[in-house]
Amino acid sequence: MSYIPGQPVTAVVQRVEIHKLRQGENLILGFSIGGGIDQDPSQNPFSEDKTDKGIYVTRVSEGGPAEIAGLQIGDKIMQVNGWDMTMVTHDQARKRLTKRSEEVVRLLVTRQSLQKAVHQSMLS
Amino acid sequence: MDTESTYSGYSYYSSHSKKSHRQGERNRERHKSSRSKDGRGSEKAVTIQAPTGEPLLGNEATRTEEVQDDNWGETTTAITGTSEHSISQEDIARISKDLEDSVGLDCKRYLGLTVAAALGLLVFLTPIAFILLPPILWRDELEPCGTICEGLFLSVAFKLLILLIGTWALFFRKQRADLPRVFVFRALLLVLIFLFVVSYWLFYGVRILDSRDRNYQGIVQYAVSLVDALLFIHYLAIVLLELRQLQPVFSLQVVRSTDGESRFYSAGHLSIQRAALVVLENYYKDFTIYNPNLLTASKFRAAKHMAGLKVYNVDGPGNNAAGQSRAMIAAAARRRDSSHNELYYEEAEHERRVKKRRARLVVAVEEAFIHIQRLQAEEQQKAPGEVMDPREAAQAIFPSMARALQKYLRTTRQQHYHSMESILQHLAFCITHSMTPKAFLERYLGAGPTLQYDKERWLSTQWRLVSDEAVTNGLRDGLVFVLKCLDFGLVVTVKKIPFLVLSEEFVDPKSHKFVLRLQSETSV
Repeated sequence: MSYIPGQPVTAVVQRVEIHKLRQGENLILGFSIGGGIDQDPSQNPFSEDKTDKGIYVTRVSEGGPAEIAGLQIGDKIMQVNGWDMTMVTHDQARKRLTKRSEEVVRLLVTRQSLQKAVHQSMLS
Repeated sequence: MDTESTYSGYSYYSSHSKKSHRQGERNRERHKSSRSKDGRGSEKAVTIQAPTGEPLLGNEATRTEEVQDDNWGETTTAITGTSEHSISQEDIARISKDLEDSVGLDCKRYLGLTVAAALGLLVFLTPIAFILLPPILWRDELEPCGTICEGLFLSVAFKLLILLIGTWALFFRKQRADLPRVFVFRALLLVLIFLFVVSYWLFYGVRILDSRDRNYQGIVQYAVSLVDALLFIHYLAIVLLELRQLQPVFSLQVVRSTDGESRFYSAGHLSIQRAALVVLENYYKDFTIYNPNLLTASKFRAAKHMAGLKVYNVDGPGNNAAGQSRAMIAAAARRRDSSHNELYYEEAEHERRVKKRRARLVVAVEEAFIHIQRLQAEEQQKAPGEVMDPREAAQAIFPSMARALQKYLRTTRQQHYHSMESILQHLAFCITHSMTPKAFLERYLGAGPTLQYDKERWLSTQWRLVSDEAVTNGLRDGLVFVLKCLDFGLVVTVKKIPFLVLSEEFVDPKSHKFVLRLQSETSV
């Protein structure tokens, strides 16, 4: 997931479709995000490149909609419902995920293991 | 220029009157600046047209200019300025004003004082009279009263003593100023006291003297009640005259009309004349001294700007004065002259010159002070050189700094405020108190408040209060009054201090908690 400045970012992504769960009057997804262009990227434990300011999944709650949909801790979220998440602030990311009008969010996420898996399959 | 500086040094020794000294200074200004060649047509016309009134008029006109045209020798006569005892017109005005003002108003002031004193004496003696008259007049018929009366006598005595001390503290103060109109509150209080005492005497006369009342205790209690009421009136006097004005309600903005220097003062609910008094008391210690020499340049520039224009009436006779003057003003505004350029360079040059002279002065004074050394008590017998007191020490080191000081004072146009004697005195003073050269120089480097200088140099001691409302009215927001002196005026604007709304906010000291927001995590 390293990126070369000036070149488009390429990554192997997985589609994850999460159906929001209604809890009281809130729609929750069941995971926590960290990162953003206004945050300090060197503190991110999940990123490979410590200057990566993308949105990462820091915690997935047990039995929540995210876990059911297959989201894993440490995933980097690339898109939410078509909206880009690689260059957003933390608050913008939160807003895009928690829109009250949407019951389903379709994420494109990427992780290290995906990259490795693709490499393996290409080599073999 | 060298000869000129020694000449002015001698003038300090001379015994000219102060007025001619000032006059002499003005002429020296003209000598110094006769190099510049600017001619002014309008000014020249005035001096030529009136040759008979010329000695005095010549003073007025030429006093205000710094730069002379070359023909000044032809238009001024020998009387002005070179004689040692000439008096300019403004001084005549000042003398006559002093004379007429000092005679007329004293009677008014003393009348008020005598009335108040007489009333005070009457009021003080009344309770004593109330107590003493019955025993004198009908001693035999009075009922004896024992300890109660003695107690009452004691209380009357001490209350009268307290009243006496209180009145002395409050009212027996030297009057600090002569105000144009009567104090309303004081007059009201005097009237109140008078009516009060008269009504007591009335009752006493009718009920006690006429009917020869025998109940002495009642009479003494009557007197005690009078004294109590007098103490309360004294309290009322304190509140009305002293306490009410203490809380600041208004803010007075004082602007001097000649150079715009302004200050703000706080005042409570005062009458206009008392507010004027407050302003004047603070004027002498806050405002820098009025220096007429600093103000002439701007008038000269403005006159030069308008002087070259002439109006010709082409359309025949018709006295369109307003139209003419408006046309002149418009033409003068459009005229492309470079007077702003001149002003800029002139000011820059002046700044440079002042700074240079100041540097020379500071160095000269520092070097002079190095030679002075304070002698301790035990060394006094075995001193290497001759032992001097401060005055002699000052005279010894003064010549080395005299020239630099004089040049500096002349450049900043302060030379007429400091005579050689005053400089020597100040130097002796500084040496006595072991002050540094900087402390000695502070007085000469900048203009100080008026109180710092000799009383003869003040140029502002008689004041007139100009206001379109009665001066005993109270202050109110938006009021403007002017304090005029012979040379300038102080324009005072009254502004009300706004009503302040202060609200309270409680912050628990334990609520100050912080967290580092480097990597925030939000759950969605």
